Amino acid sequence: MADDLAKPEELLENSGYKRPATGWMDTPIDIRPGMYCYASNPKSVEYVGLPNPRQWNPLEDDWKLPENWQEIVHKGIKERLEKFRSFKIFMDVCVRCGACADKCHFFIGTGDPKNMPVLRAELLRSVYRNDFTTAGKIFKSLAGARPLTLDVLKEWWYYFFQCTECRRCSVFCPYGIDTAEITIIGRELLNLLGLNIDWIATPVANCYRTGNHLGIQPHAFKDMLEFFVEDIEDITGINVEPSYNKKGADILFITPSGDVFADPGTYTCMGYMILFKYLKDKYGFDITWSTYASEGGNFGFFTSHETMKRLNSKMYAEAKRLGVKWILGGECGHMWRVINQYMETMNGPADFLEEPVSPITGTKFENAKSTKMVHIAEFVADLIKHDKLELDPSRNDNQIVTFHDSCNPARGMGMLEEPRYVIKNVCNNFYEMPANTIRENTFCCGSGAGLNAGENMELRMCGGMPRANAVKYVHEKHGVNMLACVCAIDRAVFPALMEYWVPEVDVTGMSELVANALIMPGEKDRDTDLRGEPLPGKEDE
Amino acid sequence: MNKNYMFSLIAVIVLFLIAYFGVETAGLHVLFGIVIPYLAALIFIVGFVYRVRDWAYSPVPFRIPSTCGQQASLPWIRQATYDNPSSNGGVIVRMILEVLFFRSLFRNMRFELKGGKKLSYIWEKWLWLFALAFHWAFLVVVIRHLRFFAEPVPFWVQFLEYLDGFVRVEFLSDVLQVGLPGVFMSGLVLLVAVIFLFLRRVFISQVNYISLASDYFPLFLIMGIAISGILMRYFIKVDIVGVKEFTMGLATFSPSIPEGVGVIFYVHLLFVSVLLVYFPFSKLMHLGGVFLSPTRNLANNSRAKRHINPWNYPVHVHTYEEYEDEFREKMIEAGLPVEKESN
Ligand code: SF4
Ligand code: SF4
Repeated sequence: MADDLAKPEELLENSGYKRPATGWMDTPIDIRPGMYCYASNPKSVEYVGLPNPRQWNPLEDDWKLPENWQEIVHKGIKERLEKFRSFKIFMDVCVRCGACADKCHFFIGTGDPKNMPVLRAELLRSVYRNDFTTAGKIFKSLAGARPLTLDVLKEWWYYFFQCTECRRCSVFCPYGIDTAEITIIGRELLNLLGLNIDWIATPVANCYRTGNHLGIQPHAFKDMLEFFVEDIEDITGINVEPSYNKKGADILFITPSGDVFADPGTYTCMGYMILFKYLKDKYGFDITWSTYASEGGNFGFFTSHETMKRLNSKMYAEAKRLGVKWILGGECGHMWRVINQYMETMNGPADFLEEPVSPITGTKFENAKSTKMVHIAEFVADLIKHDKLELDPSRNDNQIVTFHDSCNPARGMGMLEEPRYVIKNVCNNFYEMPANTIRENTFCCGSGAGLNAGENMELRMCGGMPRANAVKYVHEKHGVNMLACVCAIDRAVFPALMEYWVPEVDVTGMSELVANALIMPGEKDRDTDLRGEPLPGKEDE
Repeated sequence: MNKNYMFSLIAVIVLFLIAYFGVETAGLHVLFGIVIPYLAALIFIVGFVYRVRDWAYSPVPFRIPSTCGQQASLPWIRQATYDNPSSNGGVIVRMILEVLFFRSLFRNMRFELKGGKKLSYIWEKWLWLFALAFHWAFLVVVIRHLRFFAEPVPFWVQFLEYLDGFVRVEFLSDVLQVGLPGVFMSGLVLLVAVIFLFLRRVFISQVNYISLASDYFPLFLIMGIAISGILMRYFIKVDIVGVKEFTMGLATFSPSIPEGVGVIFYVHLLFVSVLLVYFPFSKLMHLGGVFLSPTRNLANNSRAKRHINPWNYPVHVHTYEEYEDEFREKMIEAGLPVEKESN
């Protein structure tokens, strides 16, 4: 963690709403280190053929924009107004009631009024009014209109990359105005000028080339899973060797590459492998991993609709090439928003796949019958309900667990019960965080939508503060020491957030907990969990 | 003094003066009584229809409902049928709850940092309550005014008036009728609610910070409408028979200016006309927009039923063949299956 990061107490003290002396249109932008992510690497921008690749630095005055940048943005807005009813309506109908204002974790954490969803949207809306509405053209600033200047553009960049597209604001808005949607479009406009952040641009380029954000090449991808195979064999005595790029497999499995790469996501990944091996041995389950479609996440979604589509296309393309029946998806947040709300619309119809049926229970996944992709939590919940897994939840007894609803599965899908059902069946100690901070009200990890870089740590700690605060509450009240989630970004960013706010709490994925409890046929007497920590009762062996 | 609301307040006062002197001094009854109201009604109708059509005809490329409850998935998991609808029926209920009862606003809460370190979330339904009161009262007032545009007055308008009226003190005799007219709750509720909505814009710092002149203006205008209406009904009596003759004239396209209707009536009329004109150009269009919001009026079923994007277009992708061409040797070496053994 960055050394110059303020102490938690200082950050808390500073978190309150600070009203600037001047109105928001007259308050100049101040791009502060710790709150922004580095500019995109030109090589990455170029690799995927996006506009204006060049070296630039947000702290410098000159952002090296194309000469006619205003015209590009104006045209960009116009085109998107014609393409997206959502954008048009959200530009038009906000009444500035303020109901969304204090619903954003970034506003709660930073106190910066431009982090109120309504003002974030007004940054763009003010230009829309100026360029596209009669009232704005006549009454100018009285009607909330202002021309697009370089400062306004910089403000867009700064604040659209301080929004995690979590949609919490949209739950509370009486017209359903979704500032995430406005941020999505805002970032699309910025990308027309080459104004991306590198933490998004480079994963996008990597994913395009190697199939995953981390740029892991096929042989290395296999190596990494192989490494887990060894670890798992040490712990359980079972060889869980998976299959790769296997033609004719029943099911294709796709999960975020983050879980292949970094702790504690790796344990979730091991969890999948253990589960699949169990199902294979017991029920002949036939699943394969792909190196080409080795990424569930989609940082294209944080770039533009088109980039999202380009990256997402690999899922169906690979399913088709391998000739599988349907696709099973791992634990990831925005990946599932893309699958649930965009994938088949963009890259379908998935008519070369079959309507998903669990080969083990015979359950038809009616809710996925067209897209043909099932979430691992749905899949496992069904297995447990039908008593197809032999479980020993007491192996998770050292864990006192709470569950974080990731924004996208909660507010862009509604998958709330499935993971809870699974977790409660594999753990004996489970406590919910306060109702206002879970389910559709859930608070973001503060680092989603591509903001999980290292250089914006202060922003991340501020944005994650409301979530951490709720974890702290259950930690103090019930002794919770494990934060479970179904999202790879969560697993990548929560450790830092917990270390900062609630150091006694660890982070896990649902599938890790499942694998710890799962009794594999022929396994040896396990002494440790997947992390090598002694199991309850085995502490002094 | 905040320039945003000063400007709006002054604008409404100027409108008042224009109507007052326009009628009282300049005698422009026809302009204020006939021309402006007709024009305003025309602009309102054309503008409103234009805006709604414009939205309705713009594409909905993706199905993006904000899901506020459990999805429909496995049969034994209880779905939140209205907060996360998967069928049109569910969407209809969701929309009814949203439009008639402000479901989303009802979720509102406020946070506080207790003892400098604990976030707590506090009951906060005032905005919901007053917003609901405001809109319902407005609707009742509008419906009550239909009595001026229909003869005989439809029974449901009369019934609504009956419900709306309380404190009815009437002395009836054969010779003359005296007494106070029934007091209509709706007008008072409207005034109180609009004042609340104004005060929160003034006193809640965050709301104040985001408010524009164009947020205060309709509030002042509606206050003006409510006050002039209430004055007319209870205090500065206008010739109600004359008014009805006049409005019926407007409604039947045979307008004429009645004698002896007080100037306050023209003020009321100008305020209403300005509101009508202002409506389609402003945020007041949320009246139409709320029905079309894609995060609310779509079912969350895009995994069960493919949603079509009318402008979906082909994009550049990195194909498996290109991928394998780049990594073939490494793949073979690692024992990964390949399509072609060599380039
Ligand atoms: S809740 Fe909706 S209408 Fe109210 S200020 Fe926020 S975006 Fe605007
Ligand atoms: S989507 Fe989330 S991060 Fe973005 S403005 Fe809304 S609440 Fe804030």
